Amino acid sequence: MEITGAQAVMRSLEALGVDTVFGYPGGAILPAYDPLIDADLNHVLVRHEQGAIHMAEGYAQATGRVGVCIVTSGPAATNLVTGLADAYMDSVPVLAITGQVASTAIGSDAFQEADVTGITMPITKHNELVSSPERVADAIKEAYHVARTGRPGPVLVDIPKDILNATVTWEWDERVDLPGYRPTVRGHGKMIREALELIAEAERPVIYAGGGLVRAGAGDELFSFATRLRLPVVTTLMARGVFPDTHELAVGMPGMHGHYAAVRAFQETDLLVTLGARFDDRVTGKLSAFAPHARVIHVDVDPAEIGKNRVVDVPIVGDVKVVLGQLNRVLEDRQDKGTFEKLLPDTTTWRAYLDELKRAHPLRVDQPEIGVLKPQTAIAAVYDHWGDEAVYVAGVGQHQMWASQLIPYTRGGQWVNSGGLGTMGFAVPAAIGAKVGVGRETPVVAIDGDGCFQMTFQELATAVQHDIPVVFCVVNNGFLGMVRQWQHLFYDDRLSQVALPQDLPDLMKIADAYGIPGFRVERVEDLDTVLAKARAIDDRPVLIEFRVHPDEMVFPMVPAGASNDEILESVEEWRARAAQA
Amino acid sequence: MHNRHTLSVLVENKPGVLTRIAGMFARRAYNIHSLAVGPTDDPRLSRLTLVVGTEAVQLEQITKQLNKLVHVLKIVELDPEESVEREMQLIKVAADPVTRSQVIELADVFRAKIVDVAHDAITIEVAGSPAKLEAMAELLEPFGIRELVRSGTIALARGSRSITDGSKVRMQRVV
Repeated sequence: MEITGAQAVMRSLEALGVDTVFGYPGGAILPAYDPLIDADLNHVLVRHEQGAIHMAEGYAQATGRVGVCIVTSGPAATNLVTGLADAYMDSVPVLAITGQVASTAIGSDAFQEADVTGITMPITKHNELVSSPERVADAIKEAYHVARTGRPGPVLVDIPKDILNATVTWEWDERVDLPGYRPTVRGHGKMIREALELIAEAERPVIYAGGGLVRAGAGDELFSFATRLRLPVVTTLMARGVFPDTHELAVGMPGMHGHYAAVRAFQETDLLVTLGARFDDRVTGKLSAFAPHARVIHVDVDPAEIGKNRVVDVPIVGDVKVVLGQLNRVLEDRQDKGTFEKLLPDTTTWRAYLDELKRAHPLRVDQPEIGVLKPQTAIAAVYDHWGDEAVYVAGVGQHQMWASQLIPYTRGGQWVNSGGLGTMGFAVPAAIGAKVGVGRETPVVAIDGDGCFQMTFQELATAVQHDIPVVFCVVNNGFLGMVRQWQHLFYDDRLSQVALPQDLPDLMKIADAYGIPGFRVERVEDLDTVLAKARAIDDRPVLIEFRVHPDEMVFPMVPAGASNDEILESVEEWRARAAQA
Repeated sequence: MHNRHTLSVLVENKPGVLTRIAGMFARRAYNIHSLAVGPTDDPRLSRLTLVVGTEAVQLEQITKQLNKLVHVLKIVELDPEESVEREMQLIKVAADPVTRSQVIELADVFRAKIVDVAHDAITIEVAGSPAKLEAMAELLEPFGIRELVRSGTIALARGSRSITDGSKVRMQRVV
């Protein structure tokens, strides 16, 4: 059957089971927007292409499915760059389709021409400039396949306008012909046995659970593995919730703003059971001083992560869900044979020690009962009202760290954020994408800062127009809080370009302008009443502004480049240490 | 001083594959000493020879990162003891009727070929190991080297094994 290249794009997306595309039309992609009208696809019209890709990311992070966005050439495609880099860093499966000028015009500096495959090469898992109408279906199918398998990531397909307009015989073959792409899925049997032996011998083992577990959908396998062997679990920023924070084996988040017990657990452990994590600098601090007593088991689907930053004793290349399945199988088998005890490390003393650390070193907020609201109090209250059923999406900065620290997450995908790239402005569009993905029944709450919010709040229009009822919370302290915190601590409190007046813009007028309910909380005593009102609305987007005290800082904190042993729990501790130095 | 490693890389003959490889090296701050690329006996494939100066740990990262490129099919590190390496060099040397015979004599010693003669210059073609090419250039230096161009290293393992052994093109399924 003869169809156009543009129709082939739509048919390919349908054949792959894509339900939603986030996009914005324009010159070179125009041919695709015509068959889109008749396609079995939900198109979300964004207000800026960066919004489209962050929505695709939010959708993918919350559901585990590939997020798809479609935009035109030149400036539209370059507007995807930040989101592609973000998705690449956080291994988010995203398919980006961009229009390109006609193949005959490529290289002529044509209107809205940009070398998009060239620009995005270092920030995509793979990309392709489609060279013929016959390639359209295969290019999209392969891109989708590469995006979601192995270590997931963004893949971009750039399609010249003449190819969209050309006719082609429609053929769909489920198979993918990529001889150079064969991710290893199953772990090596010998390594599996060695890993279990190391664990059995360990006295202070800890699971270092990373975002790869969320991407692999390996929460159940992790739970089974950790609870069988009674291993304490530390979940990184990207893995929050993949092991429930409410479980007694959960130790919290590691790293620069991690929970005290989690940071100490890494510094004192004798065995890191690393699952889908990558020894990121925000986790390790000074690398040479990180987990100094630990032997390392490292499971990752990307062989290049193994041994990249830390020498590994037992490397296991494979899909962490499959590898955990293999490990659990051995454990089950040994339970059946009655020889399980030999594999079970005695972690009683170690766990009691970590429990004591958790008890003795809680997060400190010190909120007075009346008066100015603290940001931590506001974020904790959001959780009290929206609870465990909600998905929480953060921007980047202080509010992100508090949202990660203070909310007890219980499942992978419940926490959506920009970890590796640290993209301010992520929350508003990502929350919209997440909400589209998880559907009506599950509330999605964006926890944003005033700096972040102003980068992307034009997407409120998208949420309103498409009836996507996200709860947008803005923790407004009138500053770029995290930058201010660093200037306060490390630049002698010389504040440079960090003030964003709290009234500029007036967020209640913004809510008004977009026709959505707006709520402002300034005093702690009003918090619950206002949140209860906002919580009652679940059929429209809602904007909640928290006017909070600007002096609050995120603790614990490991100063950049310092050893994790130098963790600070409060500003008083910082001042005492600075006075000594 | 980093060690010199020769990598032979089999890639799909697709547009931009060289850019992807060069870009990966640039992005991750790896050094390429030399790079040569050309077609193979199979028109679907190209073969690159990369010479990199690096430590063993980084070499492992380089090969792993290269392997992640979708168009890269196979990477083999060639042991200098177990492989044949060649570069080609073209040198244009000043040579008047008095010095011409000396230059030709030197070229003969290196089994080089005279490929062009002008009234005041000779162009010599020579192939061999990097050490041989450097030695020859050094000896010709006193005559006056007008210009010199050198190819990247190309290399093959000795013996009968081929880089394509065992790498069959396979199909995968989309679930």
